[in-house]
Amino acid sequence: MSITYLEAIRAAQARALADDPRVFIYGQDVGAFGGAFKATKNLAIEFPGRVIDAPISEDAMLGLAVGAAIEGMRPIIEIQFADFSTTGFNQIVNQAATLYWRTNVPCPITVRLPSGGTSGSGPFHSQSMEALYAHYPGLIVMTPATVEDAYSMLLEAVAIDDPVIFCEHKYLYYHLKAEALPTEAMPVGKARIARAGRDLTLVAYSAMLHEALAVAEELVSEGTEIEVVDLRCVKPLDTDTVMASVARTGRLLCVGEAWPWGGVTAEVVARVAAEGFDLLDAPPQRLNAKDTPVPYHPALWAAHRPTARSIAAAARRLLRL
Amino acid sequence: MLHTVLNPGAVGEVSSICDAHIKAYRIMLLARVLDDKFASLYRMGKMHGGVFLGRGQEALSASVGLALRKGDIFAPLIRDTAGRLAFGEPVLDAVRTQFGSPLGPMRARDGNVHRGRPKEGLLAMISHLGAMISVVNGALLARRFKGVTGVVGATCIGDGATSTGAFHEAVNQAAVENLPLVLIIANNHYAYSTPNERQFACRSLLDKAVGYGVAGQQVDGTDLSACLGVVGDAVSRARAGRGPQMVVASLLRLCGHGEHDDASYVNSDLRAAPVGRDCLKVAEETLFRQNWANAAAISRWRHDAVQKVEEAVAKVQREPNPDPYKEDWCALASKHLSEGNE
Repeated sequence: MSITYLEAIRAAQARALADDPRVFIYGQDVGAFGGAFKATKNLAIEFPGRVIDAPISEDAMLGLAVGAAIEGMRPIIEIQFADFSTTGFNQIVNQAATLYWRTNVPCPITVRLPSGGTSGSGPFHSQSMEALYAHYPGLIVMTPATVEDAYSMLLEAVAIDDPVIFCEHKYLYYHLKAEALPTEAMPVGKARIARAGRDLTLVAYSAMLHEALAVAEELVSEGTEIEVVDLRCVKPLDTDTVMASVARTGRLLCVGEAWPWGGVTAEVVARVAAEGFDLLDAPPQRLNAKDTPVPYHPALWAAHRPTARSIAAAARRLLRL
Repeated sequence: MLHTVLNPGAVGEVSSICDAHIKAYRIMLLARVLDDKFASLYRMGKMHGGVFLGRGQEALSASVGLALRKGDIFAPLIRDTAGRLAFGEPVLDAVRTQFGSPLGPMRARDGNVHRGRPKEGLLAMISHLGAMISVVNGALLARRFKGVTGVVGATCIGDGATSTGAFHEAVNQAAVENLPLVLIIANNHYAYSTPNERQFACRSLLDKAVGYGVAGQQVDGTDLSACLGVVGDAVSRARAGRGPQMVVASLLRLCGHGEHDDASYVNSDLRAAPVGRDCLKVAEETLFRQNWANAAAISRWRHDAVQKVEEAVAKVQREPNPDPYKEDWCALASKHLSEGNE
């Protein structure tokens, strides 16, 4: 038996609904239809009245989640595509993210954002929003890259007493498979050494982890051992694990699918440069998508975001520095 | 006694119309005295940030708070000192939040009108207009999940907020879910300085209720008797399961947007028109006309209100300022996941 990343997300939601009567799911088309990606398939039947179709009103969906959380519920909000969360942005960053700090009342909501690019999805169905949300205090931002993390981190997101932005990557939905659902998990906020190496630290998260792992494999034939760090969670950011890896390798390349200005890769490079400058044998590097909207045509899309090929080129350059 | 309004009964439970008026009037008076004190302290330079008053909107606001019960949800807005007091907010909460006392419900982290006790049903507004309506919807949906019936969620907005996307989405959402939401729109004719004709083009804001499929009523917001009746009925209908209720009150803001604003843009014809009446004076005239109170009683009530406010202000002025070294600088309930506490 094998289970996909998407099935793991559905299974985690089914378990959260089964285990905790405070959990409900609210989003567009999540009910009888089972969601645009089928992440809530059959859940409305299995859990009557707790998987609710919402009008096309991201602001009101997220405001409703906050109100329900104040009353002790644990809502999961499915935003159909991460890109559409901008129309609910205010409720996330000003309402949900400030509630605990202002009033001492926790805001345990989970916002699922089907994120990132897939071929042919174009400018408004491809965005990676993690940096935007990580910028705001009061939010936790998860970016699972594996089937196991998709499952365990979503369960943890629901259990956490704070708003969690759960960036699940659409490219991984069907492509990524595991043998079984995990029975144990690493703690939230801890990065993982996805592959050990000694020559260069390649930091990645979400779908870029798999590009990074492909690069590490490819460069073995060139006598290079790359250490790949999977951030798992971009806020909080596990600086210690990254720094420990850089201490071993002396070189840092951080890769993200999001746009280049600011963001997660800039944050990682800034922290390593500020706190681990003496660990570095070469200037820390980062690689992101190009600074344009995400293009429609597959040929343009493949050139817009980092790929194993462009990451390998960046890694080779860094190894020569 | 005013300090017993912490657990107010609904208007319908008050033994007589006379008692309801007196109770509402005394809350309006206390709100006015409190607002006047804040304005005075602002002019003395004793306030951090802005001061935003509810002068002219007390009759409507008090009617909302009085129609609610303990266990209901209330999301007041900027001009709802009276409604807050009627719902049970202590005067000290208002004063402490205005002064930024660490002992207040917002612990100096937020100020002035941004205060509440969410666990007691009193939500703390954010500044983004229309944003609290869907939060009330969520609290009401949670009650439904828990099988709690007979509760109402009320929220107040102004004419300006009816232009926001958040308003549209949330009213539609409440209608789709058939929630017991009571939406009070205080049309005070100006959103900051913007008059109604630059805010909306429908004949009446009540037309919006029709568009969303919710019930709507108009009321003269300067008339306490009318407000008690119309708001009380709307709350009763929502409580009885008849879905979202909208009340549009016509009135005039008898102050600036904040105390920094002289409101010179307000049309003098409006000030002179019935809509520009001071609801506190109108309510007082009703008390006299009906023989429900005399000048001595009103003078005594005012004295009580002044004393209550002065006591609270004196107490809070002696309270310590917040200590940045004792602040935990942590925005998360999950402290172990916080990055910001260095």
